[in-house]
Parts: sequence; structure tokens; C-alpha cells
Amino acid sequence: MNTYVTSQAAAAPVWRTQLGTFIGLAAVLVGMVALFSWLSEYFWSRETFVTIANEIPALAVMAVGMTFVLIIAGIDLSVGSVMALSAATSAAAILQWHWSVPAAAVLALATGLLCGAVTGAVSVAWRLPSFIVSLGMLEAVRGSAYLVTDSRTQYVGDAISWLAAPVLDGVSSAFVLAVLIVIVAQLVLSRTVFGRSMVGIGTNEEAMRLAGVDPRPIRIAVFALIGLLAGLAGLMQSARLEAADPNAGTGVELQVIAAVVIGGTSLMGGRGSVITTAFGVLIIAVLEAGLAQVGASEPSKRIITGAVIVAAVIVDTLRQRRGAA
Amino acid sequence: MSQAPSTTAPLLEIDSVGKAYGGTPVLHALSLSLHAGEVLALTGENGAGKSTLSKLICGLERPTQGRLRLAGQAYAPATRQEAERLGVRMVMQELGLVSTLTVAENLFLGRMPSRAGWLRRGVLRAAARQQLAKIGLDDIDPATPVSRLGIGQQQMVEIARNLQDDTRVLVLDEPTAMLTPRETSRLFEQIARLTARGVAIVYVSHRLEELRRIADRVAVLRDGRLVDLRAMAGLSEADLVQRMVGRSVSELEHRPRRRAGAVLLRAEGLGRGTVVQDVRLEVRAGEVFGIAGLVGSGRTELLRLLFGADRADSGTLVLNDDAGEVQRRIPRGFASPVQAIAAGIGLVAEDRKSQGLLLSQSIRINATLSDLAAVSRGGWLRSAHEHTLVRGFIERLRVRCRGSEQPVGQLSGGNQQKVVFARWLHRSTRVLLLDEPTRGVDVGARADLYAELDQMACDGRGLLMVSSDLRELMAMADRIGVMSAGRLVAVFERGEWTESLLLSAAFSKSSEPGKAVATESPAS
Repeated sequence: MNTYVTSQAAAAPVWRTQLGTFIGLAAVLVGMVALFSWLSEYFWSRETFVTIANEIPALAVMAVGMTFVLIIAGIDLSVGSVMALSAATSAAAILQWHWSVPAAAVLALATGLLCGAVTGAVSVAWRLPSFIVSLGMLEAVRGSAYLVTDSRTQYVGDAISWLAAPVLDGVSSAFVLAVLIVIVAQLVLSRTVFGRSMVGIGTNEEAMRLAGVDPRPIRIAVFALIGLLAGLAGLMQSARLEAADPNAGTGVELQVIAAVVIGGTSLMGGRGSVITTAFGVLIIAVLEAGLAQVGASEPSKRIITGAVIVAAVIVDTLRQRRGAA
Repeated sequence: MSQAPSTTAPLLEIDSVGKAYGGTPVLHALSLSLHAGEVLALTGENGAGKSTLSKLICGLERPTQGRLRLAGQAYAPATRQEAERLGVRMVMQELGLVSTLTVAENLFLGRMPSRAGWLRRGVLRAAARQQLAKIGLDDIDPATPVSRLGIGQQQMVEIARNLQDDTRVLVLDEPTAMLTPRETSRLFEQIARLTARGVAIVYVSHRLEELRRIADRVAVLRDGRLVDLRAMAGLSEADLVQRMVGRSVSELEHRPRRRAGAVLLRAEGLGRGTVVQDVRLEVRAGEVFGIAGLVGSGRTELLRLLFGADRADSGTLVLNDDAGEVQRRIPRGFASPVQAIAAGIGLVAEDRKSQGLLLSQSIRINATLSDLAAVSRGGWLRSAHEHTLVRGFIERLRVRCRGSEQPVGQLSGGNQQKVVFARWLHRSTRVLLLDEPTRGVDVGARADLYAELDQMACDGRGLLMVSSDLRELMAMADRIGVMSAGRLVAVFERGEWTESLLLSAAFSKSSEPGKAVATESPAS
């Protein structure tokens, strides 16, 4: 009675394209590591990899949130500012209000969550593009960070450095946390009703509405989530630097979006994966560390990074087009 | 309609032309010739290869085998532009208009009159007016932005754009899908004028009664092969249908009325502005309530009100329990589809691509969308359970696919619609609202959908079905309500209606609701 299923061979095309992206990105990463190891005798070392591992957690957790945001066909430009404000509020809580460290950490996370929820709620309530709302938030939240810190870097000291403390072989607990978040987020995306709803909203919001899924709470939740993760990134940064800098994370939103897009997530919504985003983050981090080690100048570093971003998207687009034919 | 084609040399020769995508053949060595001044109908089920053949003729695709000849010369256009330079044009099903530009700008897209780069607006407007007049569109101002036109008018503009003087072969792909009967008649007049000038027309359509009106010959495709080619004269619709599907489709027209149960849903004076006014109707368990009416008579808008996709501004929706006792009275209807669905109401929307499906997602994801709680526990999806369910739907609805993971965008129209049906089987609905459920669906899949609708009614669901196809309504419905200018102007019981009664009600401009009117013969 299986006459209507004409072939089982192509039974999992969606899954297969994801696997393809995965393998492609892994190959690029290995290639880059090999290239830099060949160009610089110092690159292939434990120190390099530990440094990379300790630098990426903040970028990685924000990229996880951004993956979700892009999947629902939104964008959040305010992550860098939210990160700075969260770090600033926790610093203020510790230094000025003498809160305990855990309470200050919760405050940082709550600040991020609130900022994200505001972005989501405003864009849902007035049906505005999240690009515009988050652009406004980028400015307003940055201003708030200056207010909270009095426009000065606040030295927190080692109060919250436990987040940056090495747990295994010099790798920080923040890195371990980021890895866990990536794994959980991937499971949420592929195995939960929430994840399914996000993909649906990014593909065709009206169809979702008529199928009985109200897109509004899901949109708000996704923006609240990226806010929460930006708050966590703020904590990770101030733990690593032992300070809250109101200028922290300026321009980081573009780096986050670049990582997600290199990972093959579509800016048009409906398609993306957290695991491949993690590869995007690694590629950016390895590129940066590698170029620094081979002694590339700052201008040439930026030119090369820009080229890599565009090249990655070209390759992904070509592959998608071939897969669709 | 034209002279016997066999006496002249063919204008377009298609010589064992085939097309394969990545090793999968969709067209097998097909040979066909087209003569100047004839209308050749191209028909067949969705996926039979009609669109592929049209695209090969118009340079949108290149054949993987065989060759084409145009007026005796080798003809192998690499692009649509090249085909157009040689006078071979196509009016596509998907409109190619730029909605923000004006009608005039669209008509002359790519060849606007200009001097040193500056647009000659006066010349453009005059030429546009002339072009529109050719197909009787004098009432459209060329300066109107296309986005302000109705879909039928947009289709006519698209056709006007392709009626160039140098046209030798014109391919029309389902040109009347969006047209009113009046616009269709205008189009047919224009086709007659073109053939008189010696233009050859390839007319792709599912609408068999239209083919009878304008085609000289009909070519029937099935599974990428030409299965029949003959003169249209003397061919009955039943013959054609049988040739298209290779089996006969059962005739439902004379079946008895279904036994209707309790009233499930009642609209009491539901209205929204002037698009829907004071509609009173009830849907009973186990019946199909058909809604007829012209495009723009408020049929779609009525369904959207009943489903909470739009909010009514007057009237009440009454929801009954299975015994027909009033369960809930909802002033102004549901506030959102979420509420309607929770109350057991489903909608198969008119435009399944933009309002129904997630085209890039799999059959599985699309089918279970209406009730994710049923395939999850504590928010986590139960993948194995979901796969089993979806496989069951694919079997039951006979969805032709490569498996439950195939993206629905790759399926034919009929199979896409079956996936939408699966969604409302997955969530047990008491009342299903269907808006043009068989639009763009081929004859074979249509029979499957009819059988499924019948099954749903037998299971005690109440079905409310909007359709522009009167024969379909007369075959499927137990009662038919007719809408005109936002009002439900008449309701007929099975056995009471005739095609002309339904049509005259649809054309009536009566302001008296709920009253059958006009016994004179219909306008078309």
C-alpha cells in the first residue's frame, strides 16, 4: 500500500542539506586551522586554542539567540548595547548598592531579558520591523549603560571572575556553559513545539496564524531570549575583564550576525541551525586569532574577514539553489 | 474557428522533445506541430508536463533531447527574451507585474519609450492606452499603479503586455483562473482576433468547458507523454476527463441529499463594513453547505469572519454542542483563528501558497501544524509518533510524494491541497470552511479531494464550501447559498437548484437579503 510514496531515497532532504552545511563548515574550519598552522609556527599550540575558547563564549551565546531571531525572520541590532548595559547594572549592583554577586548576576540577566522583551513587544504591538525597533534600542540601551556607569569603566575586581575561572586545562567555565547552551538550543529548535513554531513563523507567518498558532507571544519570547543571552554575555565579559565597560560590545551585533549567517542561517527566515552557528562562531574566532598570529595588520584583517563572510554566504546560497532544483 | 490546419505547413514543430531534471524525465520525446491561426488546447493533470512543455516553447527551459522548428527554421531559444524577439510569447500563471509601477510602465517594461535616458511619459501613456484598448480594457487608466487593480484586471494587463504586433506564437497558461466570466469573454474575443491574424495559440487549461469554446484541437498529456491529439469538435467532457486520468471519474451529481444532523454553527446577521452584510446561515453536522457567487461578492470575506481571521463588526456567531443546543453565543464572532480552532473550526484558505502552507517545509511539518500538542509531550515533539501519523495521512489522502520529508513546495497543486486537508484531519474539526478547495487541482486529485470531503461529511463534520465551479457545488453540496454584493441572497436545497437559477441569483443586485430572485435567464 505504499504506492504513493514513490521513492524512499530522498526521504530526508531537509535534514540532508543541514548535514551538508555541517560538513562544509567543518571542512572550512579544519582548512583554516591547517593554513594558519602552516603559516605560523606558534598557531598550533594549546595556548592558541585555550585563548580562542575563552574569547568566544560571549559571542557564541549571543549568536545562539540571533539564530532564533533570524529563523523567525527578525533581526536584533541591540545585542552589543544590551550586553554592555547588563554588565553595567551588575557592576553597579555590586559596587554601589553592595548586592551579593548571585543577586547582581540575576539582575544582569533580568536586564537583558527585559530589553529583549521590550524590543519584541514593541515590534509586535505596532507591527514594526524588528530592524527599526532594535536600532532604536541599540541607541537607547547604550545611553542607559553610560548613565549607569557614569560613562566610566567600573572595576568589579574578581568578585564574579568564577565565570571566567579555568575548569579544565585552562578552559573557562563560561566556555563550558556556552557549549551546553548551544546543545540545548539546538534541541529546542529541532525537537520542541516552540522550535517548530519559530521555523513556521519565519517561513509563513500568515499560514501559521490560520493554522491556529498565535505568532505574537512566540516573537516576544524569542526577543526576550536573545536579550537574556546578551545579558549572560555581559556577565561573561565582565568576569573575564573584571570590569564593566560602557563601550563594550560596540559593533558586536554585526559580528554576531556574521557568525550566524556563515553558519548557513537564512536572513529571510525559516531556515537555520544552532550547531552550524557554533561553527560560524569558531570560524570567525579562528580567523581573528590566526590573522593576528601571522601578523596581519588591522586593516587587512578586516578586509579578509569581510571577504570570508561574503564568500561563505555565496557558497551556501549556491548549495541551497542546487538542492532546491 | 479557423481553417483546417493540415493544409498549411506547421508554424511550430516540436520534434521528439524531452526534458529531464537531474535524470528524472518529466517529458518523454514528445512530437507535436502547431499551425498558424489555430488554438491548440494543452490539457492534462497537474504534473503531466503541460507547464514544462510551455516553458520549452518559450525559452524558459531548454530541452534535454529533440529539437524545435519555428516557420521551418531551427529554433532553440536560450532565454525568454530570445524567444520573444522571434515572436514567441507566454502569459504565465504567476503574474510577472511590478506592483508598484503603473499599468503603462508595466506594459512597456524593458522597452519604455525614452530620449537620452529620459522617459517620454506622453508617448508611453498613449501607447499604453492603445494597447489596453486592444483587449477592451478602456476602463483602466494607464497611470494606475498595478497594486490598485483587482487580481482579474492584473491578469488582463499581463495578457495585454504580451499581445504585441509581432507575436506569432502565444502560450496562455491557465489565463482565466482569476477572471470573471465577462473578462473571460473579452479574452476569448481577443484570441479570435489574434488567430484571424494568423497567430498560433497554445492554450493550457483544466477548464474543459472553456476548451470546448475556443480550441480547434486538443492535446492531452499524461505523465509527460502525449496520449491523445484530436479535433475538439464532437469531443465530450467525459471523453476528455477519461483521457486525462486514464480512468473514469464517478459522477456525483445525482446522488441523494446527505442526512444532515444538528446545527453546529449559526451566523446571525454577521457583517463587516460593506463587504459582508447581515449574513444568516447555519451549518449542520453531516452536510456540505455550498456558497456560490461571483468573485468579489464577499464569499472569502464571509469565511474569514466565521474563522476569526477578520473581526465582524455586527452580528453574532452561535456555537452549538452535538445535540444542537446553544453552547456559546459569540458577539461579532471569534477574535482570532486560535479561538476558532479551539472551538473546532478549520479553514482551507483560498490561496494555499500564501495562506496555507509552509512551502519550504516538509509534508510532515505542514500536516501536524494545526495541533502540535497532539504530537508532543511537555513541549517536546514525539518524532516517531508524528511520523506514523503523517504516513497514515499520506496513505489515506493518496498524496503523491517521495516521502513525508519532501518539502510541500515540490508537490503539485492537488497534492499540496491534500496536505492542507491532512492538517484538518489531524486536528479533529467539527466545522471545516473550504475556500475554492479545488482551484489549480487536476482532475484526478480533485476526485480524491471530493471523496475525502464526502467522507468528512459522513463522519458528521459540517462543511461550508465556497466554489466558483458551479458544477462542483451542484455535485458536492446538499444546500447552496448564493452571495451577491456582500449578502447571502438565496439558499437552495438539493433538487431545487438549476445552473441558471444559481447564476441569476449571483448576478442579482438585490438589496433584499434572504430572498431568491430573478427567474430570467443568466447574463452569461
